[in-house]
Amino acid sequence: MPLLTPLHTWHSQNGARMVDFGGWDMPVQYTSIVDEHQAVRNQAGIFDISHMGRLFVSGPDACKFLQLVCTNDIATLAEGQVRYSLVCNEGGTILDDILVYKLKDQFLLVVNASNRTKIVDWLMKHKAGFQVNLDDKTLNTGMVAIQGPKAMEIADHICSEKASDLKYYFCRKGRLFDSDAIISRTGYTGEDGIEFIIPNESLEKAWIALISMGLKPCGLGCRDTLRLEAGMPLYGHEIDEQTNPLEAGLGWAVKMNQKEFIGKKSLSGFESNSNKRTRVGIEVLGRRIPREGCLLFHLGKEVGKVCSGTFSPTFQKPLAMGYLPANLAKLETEIEVDIRGNREKAKVVPIPFYKRPKN
Amino acid sequence: MDLKKLRYAKSHEWASLEGNICTVGLTKFAVDQLTDVIYIDLPDKGDPALKGDSFGEIESVKAVSDLYAPVDGEIVEINDKLAADPTLVSKEPYGKGWLIKIKCEGKPNLDHLLSLEDYEKQIACDNH
Repeated sequence: MPLLTPLHTWHSQNGARMVDFGGWDMPVQYTSIVDEHQAVRNQAGIFDISHMGRLFVSGPDACKFLQLVCTNDIATLAEGQVRYSLVCNEGGTILDDILVYKLKDQFLLVVNASNRTKIVDWLMKHKAGFQVNLDDKTLNTGMVAIQGPKAMEIADHICSEKASDLKYYFCRKGRLFDSDAIISRTGYTGEDGIEFIIPNESLEKAWIALISMGLKPCGLGCRDTLRLEAGMPLYGHEIDEQTNPLEAGLGWAVKMNQKEFIGKKSLSGFESNSNKRTRVGIEVLGRRIPREGCLLFHLGKEVGKVCSGTFSPTFQKPLAMGYLPANLAKLETEIEVDIRGNREKAKVVPIPFYKRPKN
Repeated sequence: MDLKKLRYAKSHEWASLEGNICTVGLTKFAVDQLTDVIYIDLPDKGDPALKGDSFGEIESVKAVSDLYAPVDGEIVEINDKLAADPTLVSKEPYGKGWLIKIKCEGKPNLDHLLSLEDYEKQIACDNH
Protein backbone atom coordinates (compact mmCIF):
# COMPACT_ATOMS: atom_id res chain seq x y z
CA MET A 1 0.00 0.00 0.00
CA PRO A 2 1.37 3.43 -0.90
CA LEU A 3 1.67 6.05 1.83
CA LEU A 4 -0.83 8.92 1.77
CA THR A 5 -0.16 12.52 2.74
CA PRO A 6 -2.67 14.36 4.96
CA LEU A 7 -3.83 16.12 1.77
CA HIS A 8 -4.53 12.95 -0.18
CA THR A 9 -8.32 13.27 0.02
CA TRP A 10 -8.12 16.90 -1.04
CA HIS A 11 -5.97 16.00 -4.05
CA SER A 12 -8.35 13.24 -5.14
CA GLN A 13 -11.37 15.51 -4.81
CA ASN A 14 -9.74 18.35 -6.71
CA GLY A 15 -8.89 16.69 -9.98
CA ALA A 16 -5.34 15.63 -9.30
CA ARG A 17 -3.87 12.83 -11.35
CA MET A 18 -2.08 10.62 -8.84
CA VAL A 19 1.12 8.61 -9.31
CA ASP A 20 3.34 6.53 -7.12
CA PHE A 21 6.43 8.47 -6.14
CA GLY A 22 8.95 7.07 -3.70
CA GLY A 23 6.28 4.87 -2.13
CA TRP A 24 3.71 7.68 -1.82
CA ASP A 25 0.55 8.29 -3.83
CA MET A 26 1.22 11.84 -5.00
CA PRO A 27 -0.39 14.38 -7.35
CA VAL A 28 1.51 14.68 -10.61
CA GLN A 29 -0.75 17.48 -11.92
CA TYR A 30 -4.10 19.13 -11.29
CA THR A 31 -4.65 20.96 -14.58
CA SER A 32 -1.57 20.75 -16.79
CA ILE A 33 2.16 20.58 -16.14
CA VAL A 34 2.77 23.61 -18.37
CA ASP A 35 0.07 25.76 -16.67
CA GLU A 36 1.36 24.89 -13.23
CA HIS A 37 4.97 25.48 -14.29
CA GLN A 38 4.12 28.94 -15.66
CA ALA A 39 2.20 29.80 -12.50
CA VAL A 40 5.33 29.18 -10.43
CA ARG A 41 7.61 31.13 -12.79
CA ASN A 42 5.23 34.10 -13.10
CA GLN A 43 3.05 34.14 -9.97
CA ALA A 44 3.20 31.54 -7.24
CA GLY A 45 2.34 27.91 -6.72
CA ILE A 46 1.85 25.60 -3.77
CA PHE A 47 3.13 22.02 -3.54
CA ASP A 48 2.33 19.19 -1.15
CA ILE A 49 5.81 17.85 -0.36
CA SER A 50 4.76 15.84 2.70
CA HIS A 51 6.39 12.80 1.10
CA MET A 52 9.84 14.21 1.88
CA GLY A 53 11.39 12.53 4.93
CA ARG A 54 11.73 14.62 8.10
CA LEU A 55 14.27 13.20 10.53
CA PHE A 56 15.15 14.98 13.76
CA VAL A 57 18.62 14.35 15.20
CA SER A 58 19.33 15.42 18.77
CA GLY A 59 21.67 14.60 21.66
CA PRO A 60 25.10 15.81 22.77
CA ASP A 61 26.90 14.20 19.81
CA ALA A 62 24.39 15.23 17.11
CA CYS A 63 26.75 17.67 15.40
CA LYS A 64 29.76 15.33 15.54
CA PHE A 65 27.63 12.48 14.17
CA LEU A 66 26.26 14.54 11.28
CA GLN A 67 29.79 15.68 10.43
CA LEU A 68 30.63 12.02 9.86
CA VAL A 69 27.64 11.16 7.66
CA CYS A 70 27.34 14.43 5.72
CA THR A 71 29.80 15.64 3.08
CA ASN A 72 29.13 19.32 3.81
CA ASP A 73 30.28 21.14 6.92
CA ILE A 74 27.65 20.91 9.65
CA ALA A 75 29.79 22.36 12.47
CA THR A 76 29.80 25.85 10.97
CA LEU A 77 26.01 26.09 10.71
CA ALA A 78 24.56 28.95 12.72
CA GLU A 79 21.31 28.39 14.57
CA GLY A 80 18.54 28.80 12.04
CA GLN A 81 20.74 28.03 9.08
CA VAL A 82 19.98 25.40 6.43
CA ARG A 83 22.60 23.65 4.31
CA TYR A 84 22.52 21.25 1.35
CA SER A 85 24.62 18.12 1.77
CA LEU A 86 25.20 14.71 0.31
CA VAL A 87 25.23 11.49 2.29
CA CYS A 88 27.78 9.14 0.73
CA ASN A 89 28.68 5.52 1.31
CA GLU A 90 32.29 4.37 1.88
CA GLY A 91 32.76 4.19 -1.88
CA GLY A 92 32.06 7.92 -2.13
CA THR A 93 28.88 7.49 -4.14
CA ILE A 94 25.61 9.14 -3.20
CA LEU A 95 23.07 7.57 -0.83
CA ASP A 96 20.96 10.73 -0.78
CA ASP A 97 21.01 14.49 -1.12
CA ILE A 98 19.51 16.24 1.88
CA LEU A 99 18.93 19.55 3.62
CA VAL A 100 20.27 19.94 7.15
CA TYR A 101 18.43 22.47 9.32
CA LYS A 102 20.14 23.63 12.50
CA LEU A 103 17.42 24.32 15.06
CA LYS A 104 17.89 25.53 18.64
CA ASP A 105 18.57 22.20 20.31
CA GLN A 106 18.51 19.72 17.45
CA PHE A 107 19.03 19.18 13.75
CA LEU A 108 16.42 18.36 11.14
CA LEU A 109 17.31 16.37 8.03
CA VAL A 110 14.95 16.64 5.06
CA VAL A 111 15.62 13.60 2.90
CA ASN A 112 14.14 12.19 -0.30
CA ALA A 113 10.97 10.12 0.05
CA SER A 114 12.46 7.21 -1.88
CA ASN A 115 15.53 7.16 0.40
CA ARG A 116 13.94 7.72 3.79
CA THR A 117 14.12 4.17 5.11
CA LYS A 118 17.58 3.71 3.59
CA ILE A 119 18.87 6.83 5.35
CA VAL A 120 17.20 5.93 8.65
CA ASP A 121 18.90 2.51 8.47
CA TRP A 122 22.21 4.15 7.54
CA LEU A 123 22.02 6.58 10.46
CA MET A 124 21.07 3.79 12.89
CA LYS A 125 24.00 1.71 11.67
CA HIS A 126 26.53 4.50 12.14
CA LYS A 127 25.28 6.00 15.38
CA ALA A 128 26.95 3.37 17.55
CA GLY A 129 29.31 5.18 19.92
CA PHE A 130 27.55 8.52 19.50
CA GLN A 131 25.07 9.95 21.98
CA VAL A 132 22.35 10.80 19.49
CA ASN A 133 18.62 10.30 19.15
CA LEU A 134 16.91 9.91 15.84
CA ASP A 135 13.23 10.74 15.52
CA ASP A 136 11.48 10.16 12.20
CA LYS A 137 8.56 12.63 12.19
CA THR A 138 7.63 12.13 8.55
CA LEU A 139 4.29 10.51 9.27
CA ASN A 140 3.29 12.97 12.01
CA THR A 141 3.86 16.14 10.04
CA GLY A 142 3.07 17.60 6.66
CA MET A 143 5.27 19.76 4.47
CA VAL A 144 4.34 22.37 1.89
CA ALA A 145 6.34 24.54 -0.51
CA ILE A 146 5.19 27.96 -1.69
CA GLN A 147 7.26 29.04 -4.68
CA GLY A 148 7.28 31.87 -7.20
CA PRO A 149 7.89 35.61 -7.53
CA LYS A 150 4.71 36.34 -5.51
CA ALA A 151 5.37 33.65 -2.88
CA MET A 152 6.95 35.85 -0.22
CA GLU A 153 4.15 38.38 -0.37
CA ILE A 154 1.70 35.63 0.57
CA ALA A 155 4.09 34.02 3.05
CA ASP A 156 4.34 37.33 4.93
CA HIS A 157 0.58 37.26 5.53
CA ILE A 158 0.50 33.83 7.11
CA CYS A 159 3.54 33.70 9.37
CA SER A 160 3.68 35.19 12.86
CA GLU A 161 7.00 36.85 12.01
CA LYS A 162 7.60 38.31 8.59
CA ALA A 163 8.77 35.41 6.40
CA SER A 164 10.62 37.73 4.05
CA ASP A 165 12.97 38.65 6.91
CA LEU A 166 14.35 35.12 6.66
CA LYS A 167 17.52 35.03 4.60
CA TYR A 168 17.91 32.49 1.80
CA TYR A 169 18.63 29.07 3.31
CA PHE A 170 17.62 30.09 6.82
CA CYS A 171 14.78 28.73 8.92
CA ARG A 172 12.96 29.33 12.17
CA LYS A 173 10.26 27.92 14.37
CA GLY A 174 7.19 30.12 14.36
CA ARG A 175 3.45 30.21 14.04
CA LEU A 176 1.71 29.74 10.74
CA PHE A 177 -2.01 30.39 10.85
CA ASP A 178 -2.84 28.87 14.26
CA SER A 179 -0.21 26.21 14.28
CA ASP A 180 3.41 25.68 15.29
CA ALA A 181 5.60 25.40 12.21
CA ILE A 182 9.16 25.25 10.97
CA ILE A 183 9.48 27.75 8.16
CA SER A 184 12.48 27.88 5.83
CA ARG A 185 13.48 30.05 2.88
CA THR A 186 14.22 27.07 0.66
CA GLY A 187 12.82 25.37 -2.42
CA TYR A 188 13.35 23.17 -5.42
CA THR A 189 12.05 25.27 -8.31
CA GLY A 190 14.63 27.99 -8.94
CA GLU A 191 12.19 30.57 -7.54
CA ASP A 192 12.05 32.42 -4.25
CA GLY A 193 9.72 31.04 -1.61
CA ILE A 194 9.35 29.11 1.58
CA GLU A 195 8.82 25.57 2.72
CA PHE A 196 7.05 24.82 5.96
CA ILE A 197 6.45 21.83 8.20
CA ILE A 198 3.33 21.65 10.39
CA PRO A 199 1.46 18.92 12.29
CA ASN A 200 -0.74 16.65 10.17
CA GLU A 201 -3.97 17.89 11.68
CA SER A 202 -3.27 21.53 10.74
CA LEU A 203 -2.20 20.89 7.18
CA GLU A 204 -5.44 20.77 5.21
CA LYS A 205 -6.83 23.96 6.75
CA ALA A 206 -3.61 25.84 5.95
CA TRP A 207 -3.51 24.41 2.41
CA ILE A 208 -7.07 25.48 1.62
CA ALA A 209 -6.50 28.94 3.09
CA LEU A 210 -3.34 29.39 1.02
CA ILE A 211 -5.12 28.42 -2.18
CA SER A 212 -7.84 30.94 -1.44
CA MET A 213 -5.05 33.55 -1.19
CA GLY A 214 -4.20 32.94 -4.84
CA LEU A 215 -1.65 30.13 -4.84
CA LYS A 216 -2.09 27.58 -7.62
CA PRO A 217 -1.89 23.94 -6.55
CA CYS A 218 1.04 22.34 -8.36
CA GLY A 219 1.97 18.69 -8.77
CA LEU A 220 5.19 16.75 -9.03
CA GLY A 221 5.11 17.02 -12.84
CA CYS A 222 5.95 20.72 -12.84
CA ARG A 223 8.20 20.29 -9.81
CA ASP A 224 10.32 18.15 -12.13
CA THR A 225 10.32 20.58 -15.08
CA LEU A 226 11.04 23.50 -12.72
CA ARG A 227 13.97 21.81 -10.97
CA LEU A 228 15.36 20.64 -14.31
CA GLU A 229 15.38 24.19 -15.69
CA ALA A 230 17.09 25.26 -12.47
CA GLY A 231 19.75 22.58 -13.02
CA MET A 232 19.01 20.84 -9.74
CA PRO A 233 19.71 17.11 -9.47
CA LEU A 234 16.92 14.64 -8.73
CA TYR A 235 17.86 11.51 -6.82
CA GLY A 236 17.51 8.41 -8.99
CA HIS A 237 18.23 10.45 -12.13
CA GLU A 238 21.28 12.77 -11.94
CA ILE A 239 22.53 11.18 -8.74
CA ASP A 240 22.44 7.68 -7.30
CA GLU A 241 24.66 5.04 -5.74
CA GLN A 242 26.66 4.81 -8.98
CA THR A 243 27.45 8.55 -8.98
CA ASN A 244 29.79 10.59 -6.81
CA PRO A 245 29.18 14.23 -5.86
CA LEU A 246 32.22 15.54 -7.71
CA GLU A 247 31.20 14.24 -11.13
CA ALA A 248 27.64 15.41 -10.40
CA GLY A 249 28.91 19.00 -10.10
CA LEU A 250 28.17 19.05 -6.37
CA GLY A 251 31.77 19.42 -5.19
CA TRP A 252 30.79 22.68 -3.50
CA ALA A 253 28.85 20.58 -0.97
CA VAL A 254 31.83 18.30 -0.24
CA LYS A 255 34.35 19.63 2.26
CA MET A 256 37.42 17.53 1.46
CA ASN A 257 39.88 19.71 3.40
CA GLN A 258 37.89 20.72 6.46
CA LYS A 259 36.76 17.42 7.96
CA GLU A 260 36.47 13.66 7.97
CA PHE A 261 33.34 12.00 6.59
CA ILE A 262 32.19 8.67 5.20
CA GLY A 263 33.31 8.38 1.58
CA LYS A 264 36.11 10.94 1.80
CA LYS A 265 38.91 8.44 1.18
CA SER A 266 37.30 7.18 -2.02
CA LEU A 267 36.64 10.70 -3.27
CA SER A 268 40.19 11.95 -2.66
CA GLY A 269 41.54 10.19 -5.76
CA PHE A 270 38.79 11.35 -8.07
CA GLU A 271 40.16 14.65 -9.33
CA SER A 272 43.28 12.99 -10.74
CA ASN A 273 41.25 10.20 -12.40
CA SER A 274 41.71 10.49 -16.14
CA ASN A 275 38.44 8.66 -16.91
CA LYS A 276 36.24 10.99 -14.94
CA ARG A 277 32.86 12.09 -16.26
CA THR A 278 30.86 15.16 -15.44
CA ARG A 279 27.25 16.35 -15.44
CA VAL A 280 26.39 18.69 -18.29
CA GLY A 281 23.44 20.57 -19.75
CA ILE A 282 22.31 19.42 -23.19
CA GLU A 283 20.35 21.31 -25.79
CA VAL A 284 19.11 19.56 -28.92
CA LEU A 285 18.56 21.49 -32.11
CA GLY A 286 15.33 19.70 -33.10
CA ARG A 287 11.98 19.40 -31.36
CA ARG A 288 12.25 15.83 -30.16
CA ILE A 289 12.95 15.47 -26.48
CA PRO A 290 15.92 13.50 -25.18
CA ARG A 291 14.56 11.33 -22.36
CA GLU A 292 16.26 9.57 -19.50
CA GLY A 293 18.49 6.78 -20.80
CA CYS A 294 19.02 8.21 -24.29
CA LEU A 295 22.63 7.57 -25.34
CA LEU A 296 25.05 10.39 -26.18
CA PHE A 297 27.56 10.14 -29.03
CA HIS A 298 30.63 12.13 -30.06
CA LEU A 299 32.12 11.54 -33.50
CA GLY A 300 30.07 8.37 -33.77
CA LYS A 301 31.30 6.91 -30.48
CA GLU A 302 29.01 6.32 -27.51
CA VAL A 303 30.22 8.62 -24.73
CA GLY A 304 27.43 9.01 -22.19
CA LYS A 305 23.77 9.01 -21.26
CA VAL A 306 20.89 11.40 -20.57
CA CYS A 307 19.66 11.36 -16.96
CA SER A 308 16.67 13.74 -17.27
CA GLY A 309 15.08 15.43 -20.23
CA THR A 310 11.91 17.36 -20.80
CA PHE A 311 10.25 20.07 -22.80
CA SER A 312 11.08 23.33 -21.06
CA PRO A 313 7.94 25.44 -20.67
CA THR A 314 10.04 28.54 -19.95
CA PHE A 315 12.29 28.28 -23.00
CA GLN A 316 9.80 26.40 -25.22
CA LYS A 317 12.38 23.84 -26.27
CA PRO A 318 13.74 20.48 -25.15
CA LEU A 319 16.39 20.53 -22.42
CA ALA A 320 18.27 17.69 -20.81
CA MET A 321 21.03 16.83 -18.38
CA GLY A 322 23.45 13.97 -18.79
CA TYR A 323 26.94 12.74 -18.17
CA LEU A 324 29.90 13.10 -20.55
CA PRO A 325 33.63 12.41 -20.19
CA ALA A 326 35.23 15.50 -18.66
CA ASN A 327 37.20 16.26 -21.83
CA LEU A 328 33.91 16.59 -23.79
CA ALA A 329 32.14 18.69 -21.20
CA LYS A 330 33.36 21.99 -22.64
CA LEU A 331 30.50 24.34 -23.50
CA GLU A 332 29.34 24.26 -27.13
CA THR A 333 30.89 20.82 -27.73
CA GLU A 334 28.84 19.23 -30.50
CA ILE A 335 27.40 15.84 -29.68
CA GLU A 336 24.55 13.64 -30.84
CA VAL A 337 21.68 12.13 -28.88
CA ASP A 338 20.01 8.91 -29.93
CA ILE A 339 16.31 9.66 -29.60
CA ARG A 340 14.32 6.53 -30.35
CA GLY A 341 16.67 5.33 -33.05
CA ASN A 342 17.53 8.67 -34.65
CA ARG A 343 20.73 10.57 -33.98
CA GLU A 344 19.83 14.19 -33.27
CA LYS A 345 22.36 17.02 -33.19
CA ALA A 346 22.95 18.51 -29.75
CA LYS A 347 25.45 20.61 -27.85
CA VAL A 348 26.76 21.09 -24.35
CA VAL A 349 25.26 24.14 -22.64
CA PRO A 350 25.67 25.60 -19.14
CA ILE A 351 23.50 24.55 -16.20
CA PRO A 352 21.41 25.95 -14.66
CA PHE A 353 19.36 26.67 -17.77
CA TYR A 354 17.24 29.09 -15.75
CA LYS A 355 18.25 31.69 -13.20
CA ARG A 356 15.57 33.83 -11.68
CA PRO A 357 15.85 37.54 -12.38
CA LYS A 358 17.27 39.42 -9.37
CA ASN A 359 15.15 42.30 -8.21
CA MET B 1 -18.88 12.74 -34.84
CA ASP B 2 -20.89 9.81 -33.54
CA LEU B 3 -18.43 7.94 -31.36
CA LYS B 4 -20.50 4.76 -31.70
CA LYS B 5 -19.76 4.68 -35.42
CA LEU B 6 -16.01 4.76 -34.87
CA ARG B 7 -13.84 1.71 -34.31
CA TYR B 8 -11.00 1.68 -31.79
CA ALA B 9 -7.53 0.16 -31.51
CA LYS B 10 -6.26 -1.09 -28.15
CA SER B 11 -3.44 1.44 -28.67
CA HIS B 12 -6.06 4.25 -28.47
CA GLU B 13 -6.39 5.27 -32.11
CA TRP B 14 -9.89 5.68 -33.53
CA ALA B 15 -10.74 4.83 -37.14
CA SER B 16 -13.59 6.02 -39.30
CA LEU B 17 -14.33 4.57 -42.71
CA GLU B 18 -15.83 6.44 -45.66
CA GLY B 19 -15.67 4.41 -48.85
CA ASN B 20 -12.12 3.11 -48.88
CA ILE B 21 -10.66 6.08 -46.95
CA CYS B 22 -9.94 5.48 -43.27
CA THR B 23 -9.50 8.58 -41.11
CA VAL B 24 -7.36 8.01 -38.01
CA GLY B 25 -7.19 10.01 -34.79
CA LEU B 26 -6.41 9.59 -31.11
CA THR B 27 -9.14 9.01 -28.54
CA LYS B 28 -10.00 11.60 -25.91
CA PHE B 29 -8.89 9.13 -23.25
CA ALA B 30 -5.42 8.94 -24.83
CA VAL B 31 -4.95 12.70 -25.21
CA ASP B 32 -6.21 13.28 -21.67
CA GLN B 33 -3.57 10.87 -20.44
CA LEU B 34 -0.86 12.64 -22.41
CA THR B 35 -1.77 16.30 -21.64
CA ASP B 36 0.57 19.11 -22.62
CA VAL B 37 1.14 17.86 -26.17
CA ILE B 38 4.33 19.41 -27.56
CA TYR B 39 4.40 18.07 -31.08
CA ILE B 40 3.18 15.34 -33.36
CA ASP B 41 5.46 13.70 -35.85
CA LEU B 42 3.47 12.47 -38.86
CA PRO B 43 4.60 10.59 -41.97
CA ASP B 44 4.68 11.97 -45.51
CA LYS B 45 1.81 11.70 -47.94
CA GLY B 46 2.33 8.60 -50.05
CA ASP B 47 4.02 6.60 -47.31
CA PRO B 48 2.66 3.11 -46.74
CA ALA B 49 0.65 2.36 -43.59
CA LEU B 50 0.98 -1.08 -42.04
CA LYS B 51 -1.65 -2.34 -39.64
CA GLY B 52 -0.17 -2.38 -36.12
CA ASP B 53 3.01 -0.53 -37.14
CA SER B 54 3.98 2.92 -35.93
CA PHE B 55 3.28 5.73 -38.39
CA GLY B 56 4.37 8.58 -36.15
CA GLU B 57 4.77 9.76 -32.61
CA ILE B 58 3.16 12.19 -30.21
CA GLU B 59 5.31 13.91 -27.63
CA SER B 60 4.06 15.52 -24.43
CA VAL B 61 6.02 17.16 -21.62
CA LYS B 62 6.00 13.91 -19.71
CA ALA B 63 6.43 11.20 -22.34
CA VAL B 64 6.48 10.21 -25.98
CA SER B 65 4.16 7.60 -27.52
CA ASP B 66 3.98 5.86 -30.86
CA LEU B 67 0.97 6.21 -33.12
CA TYR B 68 -0.16 2.93 -34.70
CA ALA B 69 -1.94 2.43 -38.01
CA PRO B 70 -5.25 0.58 -37.60
CA VAL B 71 -5.33 -0.62 -41.23
CA ASP B 72 -3.04 -1.38 -44.19
CA GLY B 73 -2.90 1.06 -47.08
CA GLU B 74 -1.39 4.25 -48.39
CA ILE B 75 -1.31 7.49 -46.43
CA VAL B 76 -3.12 9.89 -48.73
CA GLU B 77 -3.56 12.84 -46.40
CA ILE B 78 -2.01 14.17 -43.20
CA ASN B 79 -3.44 16.86 -40.95
CA ASP B 80 -1.17 19.82 -41.76
CA LYS B 81 -2.76 22.00 -39.09
CA LEU B 82 -1.15 19.93 -36.33
CA ALA B 83 2.33 21.22 -37.14
CA ALA B 84 1.31 24.75 -36.18
CA ASP B 85 -1.03 23.75 -33.36
CA PRO B 86 -0.51 20.26 -31.96
CA THR B 87 -2.98 21.04 -29.15
CA LEU B 88 -5.80 20.56 -31.70
CA VAL B 89 -5.39 16.88 -30.89
CA SER B 90 -6.30 17.57 -27.26
CA LYS B 91 -9.00 20.15 -28.00
CA GLU B 92 -10.83 18.30 -30.75
CA PRO B 93 -9.61 14.71 -30.81
CA TYR B 94 -12.57 13.56 -32.96
CA GLY B 95 -12.72 16.67 -35.16
CA LYS B 96 -10.00 19.11 -36.24
CA GLY B 97 -7.45 17.05 -34.35
CA TRP B 98 -7.55 14.04 -36.71
CA LEU B 99 -4.12 12.67 -37.69
CA ILE B 100 -4.02 10.94 -41.09
CA LYS B 101 -6.18 9.43 -43.82
CA ILE B 102 -5.31 6.01 -45.17
CA LYS B 103 -6.52 4.70 -48.53
CA CYS B 104 -7.25 1.06 -47.80
CA GLU B 105 -6.18 -1.75 -50.07
CA GLY B 106 -8.87 -4.11 -51.30
CA LYS B 107 -12.14 -4.28 -49.45
CA PRO B 108 -11.81 -2.10 -46.34
CA ASN B 109 -12.71 -3.74 -43.07
CA LEU B 110 -12.53 -2.54 -39.46
CA ASP B 111 -13.81 -5.73 -37.87
CA HIS B 112 -10.51 -6.36 -36.07
CA LEU B 113 -11.00 -3.13 -34.09
CA LEU B 114 -13.06 -2.60 -30.91
CA SER B 115 -16.55 -1.18 -30.66
CA LEU B 116 -17.02 1.89 -28.46
CA GLU B 117 -18.47 -0.32 -25.73
CA ASP B 118 -15.52 -2.74 -25.76
CA TYR B 119 -13.02 0.13 -25.92
CA GLU B 120 -14.61 1.78 -22.89
CA LYS B 121 -14.38 -1.52 -21.04
CA GLN B 122 -10.69 -1.69 -21.87
CA ILE B 123 -9.90 1.82 -20.63
CA ALA B 124 -11.83 1.16 -17.45
CA CYS B 125 -9.41 -1.75 -16.87
CA ASP B 126 -6.39 0.41 -17.85
CA ASN B 127 -7.41 2.92 -15.21
CA HIS B 128 -7.11 0.36 -12.42
